[in-house]
Amino acid sequence: MTDEPQPHDDQDVQDDHHACSGCGSTDDAGDTAKTDGGTAVDDAGGGTATDGGAAVDSGDGFEPIQVFPEAEDADLRPGSDDCYKCSTCDTTCPVAEVDEDFPGPKFQGPEQWRLKRSEDHDIDDSISKCSNCMRCDSACPSDVPLSQMHNTARAQYVDEQMDKTSLKYWRNRLLANYGTMARLGSTFPRLTNAVMGNSLVQQVNEKLLGITAEREFPEFATETFRAWYAKRGGEATSVENARRARKRRGDDPDADKRVAYFHGDYANHNTPEVAKALVHVFESFGYAVLVPEQRCSGTPMFANGMLEDARRAAKVNVGNFSELVEDGVDVVCSCTSCSMALRQEYPELFSIPGTAKVAANTYDAVEYLRINENLDGELAAADTTTDDLGVDSFAYHAPCHARNQGLDGQTVELLSQLDDVDAEDVGDSCSGISGTYGWKTEKYETSMKIGEEMFEHMEEADATTGMTECPTCAMQMEHGTGYEIEHPLQVLEAALVDGATAEDEAA
Amino acid sequence: MAIRDDVLVVGGGLAGMTAALAAAREGASVRVVTDSESTLQQASGLVDVLGYPTPHDDADDAGNRTPVANPFDAVDALPDDHPYRLVGVDALRGGLSVFDDATGDLYRGGHTERNALVPTVGGTVKPTARYPASVAPGLASDDRTTLLVGFDGDTDVDAPNVAAHLRAAGVPFDVGGVTVEFPGDLDGTDQQTRLAHALDTDEDGVRRRLAERVKRSPKRAGDDVFGEGGDADDGAAVDGFGDVDRVGFPAVLGRARPRQVRDALAERLDAAVFELPPAPPSLPGVRLRYRLRDALREAGVAVTTGNPVVDHDVEPTEGAGGDGAENPAPRITTIYADRNGTKTPYEPDAVVLATGGLVGGGIDSERDAVYEPVFDCPVAHPEDRYDWSDADAFGPHAFARFGVRIDADGRVLGADGAPLYANLTAAGGVVGGYDAAAEKSASGVSLATGYAAGRTAVAAASSSHPTPTDVTADR
Repeated sequence: MTDEPQPHDDQDVQDDHHACSGCGSTDDAGDTAKTDGGTAVDDAGGGTATDGGAAVDSGDGFEPIQVFPEAEDADLRPGSDDCYKCSTCDTTCPVAEVDEDFPGPKFQGPEQWRLKRSEDHDIDDSISKCSNCMRCDSACPSDVPLSQMHNTARAQYVDEQMDKTSLKYWRNRLLANYGTMARLGSTFPRLTNAVMGNSLVQQVNEKLLGITAEREFPEFATETFRAWYAKRGGEATSVENARRARKRRGDDPDADKRVAYFHGDYANHNTPEVAKALVHVFESFGYAVLVPEQRCSGTPMFANGMLEDARRAAKVNVGNFSELVEDGVDVVCSCTSCSMALRQEYPELFSIPGTAKVAANTYDAVEYLRINENLDGELAAADTTTDDLGVDSFAYHAPCHARNQGLDGQTVELLSQLDDVDAEDVGDSCSGISGTYGWKTEKYETSMKIGEEMFEHMEEADATTGMTECPTCAMQMEHGTGYEIEHPLQVLEAALVDGATAEDEAA
Repeated sequence: MAIRDDVLVVGGGLAGMTAALAAAREGASVRVVTDSESTLQQASGLVDVLGYPTPHDDADDAGNRTPVANPFDAVDALPDDHPYRLVGVDALRGGLSVFDDATGDLYRGGHTERNALVPTVGGTVKPTARYPASVAPGLASDDRTTLLVGFDGDTDVDAPNVAAHLRAAGVPFDVGGVTVEFPGDLDGTDQQTRLAHALDTDEDGVRRRLAERVKRSPKRAGDDVFGEGGDADDGAAVDGFGDVDRVGFPAVLGRARPRQVRDALAERLDAAVFELPPAPPSLPGVRLRYRLRDALREAGVAVTTGNPVVDHDVEPTEGAGGDGAENPAPRITTIYADRNGTKTPYEPDAVVLATGGLVGGGIDSERDAVYEPVFDCPVAHPEDRYDWSDADAFGPHAFARFGVRIDADGRVLGADGAPLYANLTAAGGVVGGYDAAAEKSASGVSLATGYAAGRTAVAAASSSHPTPTDVTADR
């Protein structure tokens, strides 16, 4: 769905207002204020939806009559009509290639949408086999919004057909809301790691919840990225570091160079080294890195059909980031699924005020530096040796969500600027884990079958280290090959930032 | 700063990839920016050059036409403004050599300039210059007895019907068709990639099991092509199969390891094995796309997929706007690609437009106008929209020839016949002046114009800066 007025969005706003007037707590009021922060004059579509919703909810119990019975879904009709059945999407679907019971994206999208026009049709169970890799989006020669259709159908399936008391529902809900789990885990990281690494706990997870025991649960860092950022002096320190870097570079020390970092849950709780690398690299280019309060991007929630959970998270994120975007600050992400959510899924699925503006000003972190700085040139000029990096060759896998943003060639292109460093692209295939998908016991085998091609190519590449932008692709790469996996930002940090790590350790 | 390259190709189809490879051969740094994944995935995988030079004139009374034996000899019969006449047969040969180098053992046909005749999944015979190795044993000029196999539940290939069509077309060999169940759980699956994956990995011995089913099948061919069949239930080859020299399958014989799959089936069948070039979607098309992507990678070409070009900046060159011969055309300086709402700038020295034709979106139309959406290059068309098409569905439609005009070097021409921009060339479907569907010339025009456009772009790029690009120059 686009930023056009959406009846169910109106509904959502109504609900919020009811909730507010009902309890009247300051917390809720604060939340609403944040959410409405971007209303001003920005994207008219979202604004209209919100305003419309509020106006309708005048408190006198007025219920609007739906004059056009199909209006609620009308926005997917043009997309459905654009499908001319060439089936190209089906040939690019990694799930359909290994699972004959999955009827492919053409069915899940336009065909299912049409079937649903008739009242007595349920969403087909197979919708939960879609891994939300979104490859079909860029395969379609006719711009059918396939992933939008899948996300919508999946949400409807979960909403109307999934038993809310089933273990599967709660397993999915738990996986989708990883951030909540991670907050708890990060409070006692060592204990949590010990418990989650316990094979008995893994067996219980598998038997009771349907979370596969084949995989090692990712470890929580002993210090979250946000704790580190606060400890080193928060925004003030980053502003000062950036100013010093600008001076050193001969740039205007008073320039307003700031970026807002959407780190997401994983870089915060599990791989703070990636987030720290981003801060160091951006500061070295003279950018202050701001880290507004944020929740999960929503990616695992979309993939599990938990659209309302995702909407709540998106409201917080859009609210907090749109204020900075209004101020001329761009948003950068280190995870390509996070940037995908902010750029594409939010505008397609929600009409939260500020969404379009945030989407149009969000970038992958490395992409941002390539566009705005001479990143390629500085890398080429850096006299980095393989000793500095500790690595001389990388087996690089482009995550599907990077591919969909046109970023799949970026990392190999960039690293080719470094002398002595070899980065080999291990091919176009999907890693198969697709976030929470490969964690589910019943999907594990499919996930590994999809990954097989990538594993083979990684082994053939015979590199020192694996590399990717996506945290769950990284888990799969490690799981399937034993490679250690790095994020490109860590290489940029090693190549471009002098002694940043030492400096921090000293501080 | 923007991302810089010598040559930026807009569009990643056959024309765009050929232009990129031709430019990279000249030593240029090249980037391909595409709106979506290549539509090669929808193409049959056949690479035609010219089948029918004057398709609307030379049908006999029954409407049948004879394809040309040698497309190179037939170029002179084409209209003056046909792309082959403009860029010349040398560009066509150049484009084919780029293609042959890139595809290697995946393709056949480079041994001759003459057309091959390939039976297709529609039961027709198509003249083509290059064809996948997987198709090679099935050529219509070969007189070996042929069995065509379809899979139960696959509506794309009705093998008995295809065989009947081919017999009606007068192919010089015996041909029959049977439908078998694909082995195991995959019976009835119509996802081509699923079947290909099973054959690639030989899941549950599927290669052997499929071969056995095929061997037992000829007695059910429903005609007397293979003689009287024996008892199929004993699992041994029936009498009829001994006559079969080659077996044609739907084009699902592997995606990653097609040769291994064919060899394994051929060994068990003791017959040559080939694929029928399919309707979309097409695994031969997917394989070609992967192979060309690898070739781009090996040539150092950067590829950025999923980003439509939405805007550009133009800078007039010194003295632009003057009259006479010394009137340099303006230059395109910056290209903007859309990435989910953000505009990414690129600053190439030269640009190749290879966005496809009316179907691909490179040429678009409204009720009263036909236009080229990226750079607004002029597209000549009749004023009255009722003249855009012919009353006969297979007649000489004007719309089929809509496109931008180019010169002998592939430069896009303005309405005045002079280059529109100093550094813009065009290739493939976006170029006008030919009726690809009727002539069977789509791929060849893409190769010839891609070759010309890619090379001219390199020349235009190097004329824009006398010394090679120094990436660190403007730190």
